Amino acid sequence: MCLGIPGQIIAITDPARQMAMADVSGVRRAVNVAPVLSGAMEDLIGKWALIHVGFAMALIDEDEAEATLQALRDLGEAQEALEAMAQGQKALEVEA
Amino acid sequence: MKYADEFRDPTAAKALLARIADLTDEIGATSEKPVHIMEICGGHTHAIFRYGLDKLTPDGVEFIHGPGCPVCVLPMARVDECVQIAARPEVIFTTFGDAMRVPGTKTSLLQAKAAGADIRMVYSPLDALELARRNPEREVVFFGLGFETTTPSTALSIQQAAREELTNFSVFCNHITVPPPIKALLDDPHMLLDGFVGPGHVSMVIGTHPYDFIAQDYGKPIVVAGFEPLDLLQSVLMVLQQIRDGRAEVENQYARVVPEHGNPVSIAAIADVYETRPSFEWRGLGEIDHSGLRIRAKYSPFDAEEKFGIGYAAGERSVQEPEGCACGAVMTGRLKPTGCPQFGKGCTPEMPLGALMVSSEGACAAYYQYGGARAVEPAE
Ligand code: SF4
Repeated sequence: MCLGIPGQIIAITDPARQMAMADVSGVRRAVNVAPVLSGAMEDLIGKWALIHVGFAMALIDEDEAEATLQALRDLGEAQEALEAMAQGQKALEVEA
Repeated sequence: MKYADEFRDPTAAKALLARIADLTDEIGATSEKPVHIMEICGGHTHAIFRYGLDKLTPDGVEFIHGPGCPVCVLPMARVDECVQIAARPEVIFTTFGDAMRVPGTKTSLLQAKAAGADIRMVYSPLDALELARRNPEREVVFFGLGFETTTPSTALSIQQAAREELTNFSVFCNHITVPPPIKALLDDPHMLLDGFVGPGHVSMVIGTHPYDFIAQDYGKPIVVAGFEPLDLLQSVLMVLQQIRDGRAEVENQYARVVPEHGNPVSIAAIADVYETRPSFEWRGLGEIDHSGLRIRAKYSPFDAEEKFGIGYAAGERSVQEPEGCACGAVMTGRLKPTGCPQFGKGCTPEMPLGALMVSSEGACAAYYQYGGARAVEPAE
């Protein structure tokens, strides 16, 4: 939960809530982009960001994304983050 | 552990290791009289063990594992309070998975869930917000945990909840900040520290200036570092260079991600939603002044402590650590994990007694996972 994971912003989904869709290692996840927003939201599409618990915290370049992802895979943290995302999805679906 | 040959750039790794070895000699550091370098962040602790950097670097360099794993410094009383909130029938308690197995006085959140409490592991406070929207008749509580890397996420979520006027969402705030425990460690006369490797992702949020006091007031070098093995080696080298030159500065090895002044949106959100508590308890370290955050009065409807009248809102609390646990001594670098009588016996990653064994970023778990467990295997 402490290490961010790189993801690519692929679409803007909810401008009012500053939400976008990111592709994180092939998994789609809704993220908040407020911390990296400086101009129009659309400008973020295609960009890479370090994503911390659902928030894009810093824009990075593609090489940095690749290197970071490799380090996270080595540490087993990439898998952990992806599992946490799946769990988050499941938590929403559980019947109250 | 990996060998330098397996690094992404073995040539660069070997060159860095050679320079580190030369500098260690030049400084005159030996296994009897090592330089003590503390990596503050638990992610770095994990990486150091994973890549075997403690073994690849000379004996004259000794890593001290810092307090930078939020799960590991979570006091038992706070876990008890989580369990207490989660036991309320109207509550859906949401948490990062990392916190599920941290032992409380009686049970962990995992055990409480097995016993029937509605506890859900989420990836993000945004998931908790969504749960609140979908379940207006339930109270959704998010367990806000972590350093400055996760603090902006709960601050921004609370701001969003306020904008939407959600009345069934609150945060049980356990956010802590990095600089105060470093100051507490530097003030501890038993602590032997010659320099620091600073946290990368925390610094991405707060920038590098919050560490100025380490260099200016305590005369110690600090280098903010990335997570790849080359980043860590480079940063150790930079710390050693400062020591050799008699310099004490804040340097930024991870400038490609860490801006000098941090992330303005996150800093503003934190300042808007949170204020510093007079003191906050750290497991193994005790109460540390100004080291924790609480939700400001203007956002009190979103403060689970206020809503349920627990935690610091309930006044005095007392906590005992489990019998025979040496977490405090390990946390301050006075004892190696293997020196704890419980290590690998009463305390393993499967059945943790102390919090340092719970998260892969805890020093005990890292030791155990990457070979330290051998130390407790009975001799044939
Ligand atoms: S081995 Fe367990 S009890 Fe001992 S210091 Fe480590 S976490 Fe604490």
